[in-house]
Amino acid sequence: MAKLACEFIGIKSINPFWLASAPPTDKAYNVVRAFEAGWGGVVWKTLGEDPGAINVSSRYGVHYGQNRQVIGFNNIELITDRPLQTNLDEITQVKKDWPDRVIIVSLMVPCEEEPWKLILHRVEATGADGIELNFGCPHGMPERGMGAAVGQVPEYIEKVTRWCKQYSSLPVIVKLTPNITDIRAPAEAAIRGGADAVSLINTINSITSVDLDTMSPEPSVGGKSTHGGYCGPAVKPIALNMVSEIARHPASANIPISGIGGISNWRDAAEFISLGAMNVQVCTAAMLFGFKIIKEMCSGLSDWMDKKGYLNINDFCGAAIKNTNDWKYLNMNYKRVALINQDHCIQCGRCYAACEDTSHQSIAITEKAGAREYTIIEEECVGCNLCQITCPEPEAISMIDIDTGKPHLNWTHDPRNPLREKQ
Amino acid sequence: MSVDHDIQSKRLDAINILDNFSDIHPALTMKQALVASERCLFCYDAPCIQACPTQIDIPLFIKEINTGNAHGAAKEILSANILGGSCAKVCPTETLCEQVCVRNLKEQAPVNIALLQRYAIDHLDSSQAYPFTRDKNTGKHVAIVGAGPAGLACAHRLAQKGHRVTLYEAEKKSGGLNEYGIAQYKLLDNYAQEEINFVLKIGGITIQYETALGSDITLQELRNTHDAVFIAIGLNATNKLNISGEQFNGVEDAIDYISQLRQSTDMTDLPVGRRIIVIGAGMTAIDIAVQSKKLGAEDVSIVYRRNQESMGASDYEQELALKHEIHFIFNAQPYQILGNNKGVTHMQFKQTQYDTMGKLVATNDIIELPCDIIFKAIGQQFNIFPLANKDDPRPKLDKRGRIQVNSQFRTSLDDVYAGGDAIDGLDLVVEAVDHGNKAAAAIHQQLQD
Ligand SMILES: Cc1cc2nc3c(=O)[nH]c(=O)nc-3n(C[C@H](O)[C@H](O)[C@H](O)COP(=O)(O)OP(=O)(O)OC[C@H]3O[C@@H](n4cnc5c(N)ncnc54)[C@H](O)[C@@H]3O)c2cc1C
Ligand SMILES: Cc1cc2nc3c(=O)[nH]c(=O)nc-3n(C[C@H](O)[C@H](O)[C@H](O)COP(=O)(O)O)c2cc1C
Ligand code: SF4
Repeated sequence: MAKLACEFIGIKSINPFWLASAPPTDKAYNVVRAFEAGWGGVVWKTLGEDPGAINVSSRYGVHYGQNRQVIGFNNIELITDRPLQTNLDEITQVKKDWPDRVIIVSLMVPCEEEPWKLILHRVEATGADGIELNFGCPHGMPERGMGAAVGQVPEYIEKVTRWCKQYSSLPVIVKLTPNITDIRAPAEAAIRGGADAVSLINTINSITSVDLDTMSPEPSVGGKSTHGGYCGPAVKPIALNMVSEIARHPASANIPISGIGGISNWRDAAEFISLGAMNVQVCTAAMLFGFKIIKEMCSGLSDWMDKKGYLNINDFCGAAIKNTNDWKYLNMNYKRVALINQDHCIQCGRCYAACEDTSHQSIAITEKAGAREYTIIEEECVGCNLCQITCPEPEAISMIDIDTGKPHLNWTHDPRNPLREKQ
Repeated sequence: MSVDHDIQSKRLDAINILDNFSDIHPALTMKQALVASERCLFCYDAPCIQACPTQIDIPLFIKEINTGNAHGAAKEILSANILGGSCAKVCPTETLCEQVCVRNLKEQAPVNIALLQRYAIDHLDSSQAYPFTRDKNTGKHVAIVGAGPAGLACAHRLAQKGHRVTLYEAEKKSGGLNEYGIAQYKLLDNYAQEEINFVLKIGGITIQYETALGSDITLQELRNTHDAVFIAIGLNATNKLNISGEQFNGVEDAIDYISQLRQSTDMTDLPVGRRIIVIGAGMTAIDIAVQSKKLGAEDVSIVYRRNQESMGASDYEQELALKHEIHFIFNAQPYQILGNNKGVTHMQFKQTQYDTMGKLVATNDIIELPCDIIFKAIGQQFNIFPLANKDDPRPKLDKRGRIQVNSQFRTSLDDVYAGGDAIDGLDLVVEAVDHGNKAAAAIHQQLQD
């Protein structure tokens, strides 16, 4: 049977699932419940200098799908609002009681050497397994020169990371903000500063909705609001891309990655790991469904690994990186077309409307014995996938590889490319 | 002990009756409407639109519900079918839009179009402006005979075009069978009248009640005083069994009884038989059988001379009857009715079978059933009588004996149109509305030429 137990920068964990630094890891009570449910580790809700942060009332906004399923979720909360010593005492106690579980302490203090030095000593005394530097909170704290404001300036990241390595013996994970154009720059800065790992992504600047009666964005604080940090299923594609960017960039390819962002089930987790994350962190899914979802994540991942013959996480970690490339290296001679399986087609015509109105007019309608039949006009089909995407029936449209008999040819050598590399 | 001819009122108390006649399909909550609307696939050239005689853009109104604009959804429905509210409640959607829903194919369950339509109509925001406007008065005046679904739909469309409309209605109330015929548990309370008030809000329509074509006015008079005439008088005669004993007390037309039921202010006062036989196989047969049961009849049987496959009532309706513990007896052809001076006591049937050619033949086996009431629900007919006096020109009838019309709903008389049950068709409310709509368009065209 597949083994979920794994090691991340020398820290042993019973499974690759940690709770990300956020309300689920705010205090001992939650963390103990999480450990009881089976979570491998937690990144404790970000600690800062006393006095604790002050939060407003009304804190979360939501982006719903049509059936109230949460597509995305945002918050305007700050770092912990509890006294530093209370948090440290609780961390010490929980770590003592749960020696086989991971506790990472997330930190955010002003960008000066002294405050970092002070807090690092106190954290080390708790027996925690490591620290995570929160450079990512996109609201509130940046206004005090902390969080994303630091995360957006690579030199600051490098400087703070270096202090941490200097004043603490604990492994250092640098948590990256996605509110930046090229995620590789802060990752490289963390490496220069001596980071043991990076974790990403933190939340994305966002406004989830506007109440059209009051004209206030959500979450509304007495009729006014501010941008918040976006997370949940909607951010997964963005996070996956950023993880892969770091994993396949030569200068950062060796840094261990803890993947975060929209992980809601075992499959999401497996995708992050396949793109180079060595473990994953989860926040929104736990906030929406409770800690018990860890059971689905563990059983799903382990069953899938069994089916695939992977014995441990390392067996497939990064397995998709080699298949992630720049556009110019894709095979220009590859061809696929859609095929409609009439046994599964329910004749809704969605593929037709999509293709006819917005794509390549490659679907034909024929009337057959009073019923309609939708078929692909293969010569017109460019294999864009739109029909398959819009089709409500999972088995009705498949995309078929066509053997063109032509060799692999990428754009850098394509004769149609005026700037091609001459061989 | 069995009492002959046991007919009584108050078989059930008022609370039970109220409960029995509550809405057969309770309205959707907002949550249910969102879940139901999410199932609509917004099909290309959607089959449900084509299956709806009034071509309501069903995927569009469902999308409007789904995006929180039920008011807009209601406007969309009403602009295609001004009686969209009652249609949502009375249409046999299992044989119309919902039958062709593509969701049936892999999930065996259509989108719940009927209840979504009703949800939309219930959420029309009455604080908003009336959703229809009337064009400038054209000075033209159209007579519509019969204020049932066909007549009302036609009137509303013509009024929008700026024509003046007078509806001539034989009864004291308008609505036609929506008022007098539809099963009580489908259209509750005063729904038909409320809907008509909404129709009339357009303006330019007057109704002359208790004015019957044939007895109070003649077609010739209407033609002389109006620019066009639309005849929408429905069916006005019922079929007879033509067997001995039909004259006994307790042998009744189902439609008359339903009308009495719908108009009664206290249903506990209605006389209800203990053992009831219903002759027929269509919607009316199911309606009277179910309503009898709901009124407290002990034993109700629907007897049909053919087999189950030949029944006019849809599977859904047959199931509804079975749910109400109504018995079905097939292959039994009415033979004679037995009774005494109080009324009917028994009915005899001859067993039938199909011969080698597939033709139905009666055998000599007799089945006898005791009963207190026999309801005839064997179809209605169109009666030529009111159409014209002896020497006046009259519209031609078709093979079925209904008024003959062309694709424009024009009769053999140039300025006379007809629609609804009075012409050949499905005999459904929604189709009557469609006829009214299309006749209005043709009349408007003619009045402009
Ligand atoms: C018992 C029963 C149950 C039914 N249930 C359903 C159902 O569930 N769903 C469904 O879709 N359909 C149902 N139908 C059919 C549906 O009611 C009709 O198809 C529809 O009402 C036809 O509309 P109409 O306007 O043509 O005629 P009607 O509704 O019959 O209206 C005709 C109007 O003309 C008036 N009138 C008649 N003669 C004259 C005259 N000489 N002069 C002036 N006015 C006159 C009448 O009083 C009436 O108001 C049912 C029918 C019956 C009998
Ligand atoms: C309410 C809330 C509070 C958060 N607070 C913190 C925080 O204090 N420190 C931090 O590093 N990240 C914080 N995050 C970000 C999460 O740790 C995580 O990076 C992000 O939510 C993406 O993961 P998800 O899609 O699984 O939720 C917070 C997120 C939420 C929803
Ligand atoms: S979208 Fe899918 S189910 Fe609908 S017509 Fe096309 S192939 Fe058939």
